Amino acid sequence: MSAPSETTRRQQIAEFWQDYRRSPVALAALAVIVVLLALAFGSAWVSPQNPYDMAALDWSDAFKRPGTVGSGGYTHWLGTDNAGRDMLSAILYGLKTSFLIGLSAGALALTIGIAVGLSAAYFGGRLEAVLMRIVDLQLSMPAILLALVMVAMLGQGIGQIILALVVAQYAYFARTTHGAATVERRKDYVEAARSTPLPAHRVLFRHLLPNVMPPLIVVATVQVAGAIALEATLSFLGVGLPLTEPSLGSLISNGFRYIHTDRVWLSIYPGIALMITVVAINLVGDQVRTVLDPRQRR
Amino acid sequence: MIAFVLTRLMQSAVVVLAMSIIVFVGVYAIGNPIDVLIDPGANQAQRQALIERYGLDQPLWRQYFGFLANVAKGDLGTSMVYNVSVTQLVFSRLPATLELVLVSITIATVLGVPLGIWAGYRPDSLSGRAIMALSILGFSVPTFWIGMLLIMTFAVNLGWLPSGGRGPVGSIFGIPTSLATPQGWAHVILPAVNLSLFKMGLMIRLTRAGMVEAMRADYVKFARAQGLREREVVFGHVLRNISIPLVTVFGLELGSTIAFAVVTESVFNWPGVGKLIIDSILQLDRPVMVSYLVMVVILFVMINLVVDLVYARLDPRVRLKGGE
Repeated sequence: MSAPSETTRRQQIAEFWQDYRRSPVALAALAVIVVLLALAFGSAWVSPQNPYDMAALDWSDAFKRPGTVGSGGYTHWLGTDNAGRDMLSAILYGLKTSFLIGLSAGALALTIGIAVGLSAAYFGGRLEAVLMRIVDLQLSMPAILLALVMVAMLGQGIGQIILALVVAQYAYFARTTHGAATVERRKDYVEAARSTPLPAHRVLFRHLLPNVMPPLIVVATVQVAGAIALEATLSFLGVGLPLTEPSLGSLISNGFRYIHTDRVWLSIYPGIALMITVVAINLVGDQVRTVLDPRQRR
Repeated sequence: MIAFVLTRLMQSAVVVLAMSIIVFVGVYAIGNPIDVLIDPGANQAQRQALIERYGLDQPLWRQYFGFLANVAKGDLGTSMVYNVSVTQLVFSRLPATLELVLVSITIATVLGVPLGIWAGYRPDSLSGRAIMALSILGFSVPTFWIGMLLIMTFAVNLGWLPSGGRGPVGSIFGIPTSLATPQGWAHVILPAVNLSLFKMGLMIRLTRAGMVEAMRADYVKFARAQGLREREVVFGHVLRNISIPLVTVFGLELGSTIAFAVVTESVFNWPGVGKLIIDSILQLDRPVMVSYLVMVVILFVMINLVVDLVYARLDPRVRLKGGE
């Protein structure tokens, strides 16, 4: 159980996939995410224009309706914005920024959360009391509030936003890890591993960690969606990424200024892109939870 | 019990103090607020006078203790942008936020609980599933985006409701509120619906989970065996049993709705404290930032303290474990 061989791991993944694909909605959501990821990270090749290369922009192209052909000779399928930026290109570039921020914040929060949760559960005592008290306190406050505290302290920019998201989200991972690890710690295989002269980090990472991973995967999917939504919210409020950084939130924020005109495509399309992304990730997370949680199996 | 209350009180005080230090140092240590405030054409003497007026020439720890001493006297400092006391500023904005939060929590409860009851009573029906799908949407779609769609639909396209701002303010029992005028209600309805959607999703899920669990319980079987009608079973027995966790969450969510109002207030240009904090971050109005954040932290610590104490009163096991 403690260090599963390669075949059992592979079997587990195969079984997981068997269960996962029973839901057509979750399959569709997964496909949507794969397509969006490919489009976002291939945006430099896929999109008709580099929307943040000022030399490529032409002021005469400003506010073109969706479907019109611009001075570049290609169709602006989703229209252009006030600077003559092709909206489709801007959305793809923005999607990339959103994914990058969401994934790196999620990965960092996961790492820190695991470290905090595992060491609290493994070492126990005062360390556990102090660490988990801080985590509980943070969980009692809404993420947006913690993110605002961080933004107020750090200012704006990609690095600052990622840090703010990590501070706001690591506690979820820490609590989940701690909860699962406390249960696992009492089991025989951990006791056995601890009674050998193995160093603590080896017991922690090779024996304990693999067995607390399933609930963490669920939390991770939900938190990546949460990070993307939170970044968009902060950027929309004007305290996240500046307008010169392509993010879905800053695009929507820019489009919001034209909400009283008929130029709705400036805000509608980036908003739809954001909504599809966040909902798709959440649907995948929901199905992963159903598959991994034996209580929900029929 | 007394020992438990004292420990918890001490812990809360330590938390508030620690957070105030983090926020104060974090906000003041980075950047120089004077650069934002001062007219670039000002001479050295004017600059020096302003720095001394705000105490920015003092070392950070002395500034912090000055801040604490003033807080103890009820003085949270002076806004660098509006040039009025922060206490005055926050209290002038607070009624707007509170009325928005009140209306939206009411909407979330009045709609969310019945929907959750139905979804939990018939979990496999089409309507039950549709309600759950709706709650997932309310959970995951960002609030600001829904707010924008509401403005586009009901204000810009249909023209039924105003797109933002607070309506004329009347007075109910001497409290100034826009809920006293029909125009005020027209202004409050869209932002309140926007703010309520997330909470509604939460209410639906909680109520549904409670319902599903309770409907399997023995007391439901006995109530049915007694020949009670379904309506009496659900509303007389089940609802009564699942209402305790609902009320707890309701209380806890009050605080987080105030924090979430930041987004809705910005979208709808609602002149509450949430809009104030965003404006103060954008304008680097540090006294307002620090005071708002510290005040909200105090609010949350107090809510948690009350919940802890109530639980300890109800469940002796919490008391024993919590004394550590």
